[in-house]
Amino acid sequence: MKKSNIVIVTLAVTAAVAAAFWLLLVAPAFTGNEINLTRGVTDFAQKNYELHMVVLWICVVIGILVFSAMFVSIFLHRKSRGYEAAQFTHSTKAEIVWTIIPVLILVIMAVPATRALIHMEVAPETEMTIKITGFQWRWRYEYLEDGVDFISSLQADSNAARRLASGVDPETVDNYLLDVDKRVVIPVDTKIKFLITADDVIHAWWVPALGWKRDAVPGFINEAWTEVKEPGVYRGQCAELCGKDHGFMPIVVEAVSKEDYAAWVQSQQDQLAVEKREAERLWSLQELMDHGQEVYATQCATCHQADGEGLAPAFPALAGSTVTTGPIEAHIKVVLDGVNGTAMPAWGGMLSETDIAAALTYTRNAFGNETGDLVQPRTIVRIKNG
Amino acid sequence: MTTEHTHDTHDHAGAHASDHHDDHDHKPTGFMNRWLFTTNHKDIGTLYLVFSLIMFLIGGSMAMVIRAELFMPGLQLVEPDFFNQMTTMHALIMVFGAVMPAWVGFANWMIPLMVGAPDMALPRMNNWSFWILPFAFTMLLSTLFMDSGGPAAGWTLYPPLSLQTGQSFAFVVFAVHMMGVSSIMGSINVIATILNMRAPGMTLLRMPLFVWTWLITAFLLIAVMPVLAGAVTMLLTDHFFGTSFFNAAGGGDPVMFQHIFWFFGHPEVYIMILPAFGVVSEILPTFSRKPLFGYAAMVYATASIAFLSFIVWAHHMFSVGMPLSGELFFMYATMLIAVPTGVKVFNWVSTMWKGSMTFETPMLFAIGFVVLFTIGGLSGLMLAIASVDLQYHDTYFVVAHFHYVLVPGAVFALMAGTYYWLPKWTGNMYSEKWGKIHFWLSAISVNILFFPQHYLGLAGMPRRIPDYSTQFADFNMLSSIGGFIFGASQLIFVGVIIHCVYRSKVKATSRVWEGAKGLEWTVPSPAPYHTFDVPPPINAQTVAHADEYDH
Ligand code: HEM
Ligand SMILES: [Cu+2]
Ligand SMILES: [Cu+2]
Repeated sequence: MKKSNIVIVTLAVTAAVAAAFWLLLVAPAFTGNEINLTRGVTDFAQKNYELHMVVLWICVVIGILVFSAMFVSIFLHRKSRGYEAAQFTHSTKAEIVWTIIPVLILVIMAVPATRALIHMEVAPETEMTIKITGFQWRWRYEYLEDGVDFISSLQADSNAARRLASGVDPETVDNYLLDVDKRVVIPVDTKIKFLITADDVIHAWWVPALGWKRDAVPGFINEAWTEVKEPGVYRGQCAELCGKDHGFMPIVVEAVSKEDYAAWVQSQQDQLAVEKREAERLWSLQELMDHGQEVYATQCATCHQADGEGLAPAFPALAGSTVTTGPIEAHIKVVLDGVNGTAMPAWGGMLSETDIAAALTYTRNAFGNETGDLVQPRTIVRIKNG
Repeated sequence: MTTEHTHDTHDHAGAHASDHHDDHDHKPTGFMNRWLFTTNHKDIGTLYLVFSLIMFLIGGSMAMVIRAELFMPGLQLVEPDFFNQMTTMHALIMVFGAVMPAWVGFANWMIPLMVGAPDMALPRMNNWSFWILPFAFTMLLSTLFMDSGGPAAGWTLYPPLSLQTGQSFAFVVFAVHMMGVSSIMGSINVIATILNMRAPGMTLLRMPLFVWTWLITAFLLIAVMPVLAGAVTMLLTDHFFGTSFFNAAGGGDPVMFQHIFWFFGHPEVYIMILPAFGVVSEILPTFSRKPLFGYAAMVYATASIAFLSFIVWAHHMFSVGMPLSGELFFMYATMLIAVPTGVKVFNWVSTMWKGSMTFETPMLFAIGFVVLFTIGGLSGLMLAIASVDLQYHDTYFVVAHFHYVLVPGAVFALMAGTYYWLPKWTGNMYSEKWGKIHFWLSAISVNILFFPQHYLGLAGMPRRIPDYSTQFADFNMLSSIGGFIFGASQLIFVGVIIHCVYRSKVKATSRVWEGAKGLEWTVPSPAPYHTFDVPPPINAQTVAHADEYDH
């Protein structure tokens, strides 16, 4: 009689714990959404996934043992069943057993845990390097060998839909909040080194499929590495609180074959050449205003707002400001060099001369500023070259 | 005032100790005299408890704002910056305003009663350490109404982000300083009381476990609160006086702040949980009608957890870019904490084993604590694995972990303790029916609230975001629903307390619970204003649990 009760309670607890655990594995089939850690697409991510499952299993078994003992006791040893309390107070033997066994389990866990960590932290010889810089609230990618350099921001549809009471249903936006205007393209089967840093505050670069995240700390350069095995698009997000738009700086990595990668680099370089040529010609006010509006919307509006009114007290208005309506030289300097100690970055190193000239022209003429000033891209080229 | 008390303490010494009558309480009359100038440990305990309950409700309403915004994807209610102010304030209020002062309230009420002392050792400082708090939190909360808004960089206040806070930052820093001063004074008082004021015969290894855990907690507090004060002071000078402690451009290091913060922060999480271990170790034996299993082992486990808590801080920083050897050290040390924590859990289960259990509300909350805290401990073990933490870190998996140890952990223990000692404090029985309703609603909803967050984190949802991609929608909605039920259930708690204090007709006996042991149950209910003017006798009947008396 008693024995069968113990069996029943143990089974019930096992079932409850197993159900929670089982949901992890089968839920995707029902909801279409993954709710367990991803297996990822690198050796490291897969090692991490296996380690995660091993430790989870150990925890589940410990949980079942402890909770079963407890619920058996709750079931049997109750006053309402007339159970008389025993009066034992300790058992040295039992206490030694449940100190030693956990230590052994921990040692067993420590072995693969140490191996995985060494795999991540002792980087092999890498074949290419990408420098990643986080700033509020975008990522900049510089391919050190291939000379590609761009800023990647939240994709425009997501950016519009995510506004407070925007009236857009996020379900209608593709990859809501996980899409960018420019993807980080990388070759598969290539050991890539990442140099990760930040410009203003701490961010963290995280793509779950690669198996790790790493903090981007201003003034310091962190290293990480990866080797992606399968072509595909892998999405991630900033993982360290970095201010108001922390939730809105996604990362999209596109892994392609080595040939496609080479072609992509070529196209980027061609585009750069075109931009260089464009920067030397004379632009009309209308052209600069049109292009400037685009640049303003993707780069400047998060802080200074679409209407140029800013967000007091951190982000000053550009409408009617002494900078945007004052002397041009000072205005150019603020945009190129940023403002120390504030969220205003030095755009000089991040945007093309044309983009900067267009943004300057736009902000000097929009929002009722109407200065009529026109900043030519080649002016910026000349200033930047000293 | 104190002299006066000591004076009539001597007058009535004999009377109070032998026959119990509470008509000679000599409570000060008038609101100001009774509460503002009080030096009585019971009144100060009450002040702390009421204060923390108010803070629990304020911090809780902020959590409701957070869960409401996260109810579905898209921003419906608040701007992201205000959302960040809510998460930051919610944590600061709950940690420093609700949980910590609540434990100090318990310490004030119960430690003198449990060790047979007439009051706390330093009654005037006791008054001061409480009355600092309302000012500190008024100041902290007032920042929400300032032009530059409240702090929005997370309760961890990492620079450089925290340095972007506007002028209100100075108020935040001073508020933290004041909380620190209050905690340090409270701890000195606890240590002085325990080491000097025990009744003769109440040796250290005869003390109730709640007293032991608080003694150790008090040492942790004295060790780490100054560290926090130093860290925020450096933020203050970086912000307002041009120093560069954490500014790389000036030769400083933002990561250094994280090391200093977590040197405080990890012991801090044990400051919130050790007294909970103590309360649960009091309650389980009472309702199991059986002595605590492995009393000495419990004391040593608590001490080892406290020691280890000083050498694991960087497990919060595995992704920050540490040398391999550092990561290995902090991983191993963190895994080690699971051993003494396991001993505690096994001992609690063994205490219940072959007991003669009944399930009044305090027992229900204590059992809920053991089960749900264990889940939090197990996810802690997973987080300790450094390489996988590179995935878990800063996701909802971590949010689920620390809420399991703090809500059905520390907060359930606070509620268990409240139900357990409420009859002793008020002289009335609370409504058992509503207590049980409160328990079941809380226990079920807290799991609906936090369990799905494990899945969200594993699937890749970062923490501290006001909006999320649509794949996370289902579990966030579930979690929010759990959150609303949990929030509403706490109003029952408030109702039960108010009813017990003002309306309940059922008078409590001295012992209150059939299986209760320990000095606090030898005085009448409600506990008279002055107790143990003469030290009580210490013997097998009055000692709650000590190995030597158990044979
Ligand atoms: C077996 C015991 C425990 C272990 C091994 C453990 C381990 C960890 C680890 C490794 C983290 C960092 C996770 C990350 O950010 O990536 C963490 C976070 C945290 N833990 Fe625990 N933990 C344990 C028990 C506790 C207890 C008892 C409490 C409090 C009562 C607690 C409160 C917290 C809090 C508040 C955080 C997050 C702090 C933040 O980032 O804001 N933990 N824990
Ligand atoms: Cu971020
Ligand atoms: Cu910790």
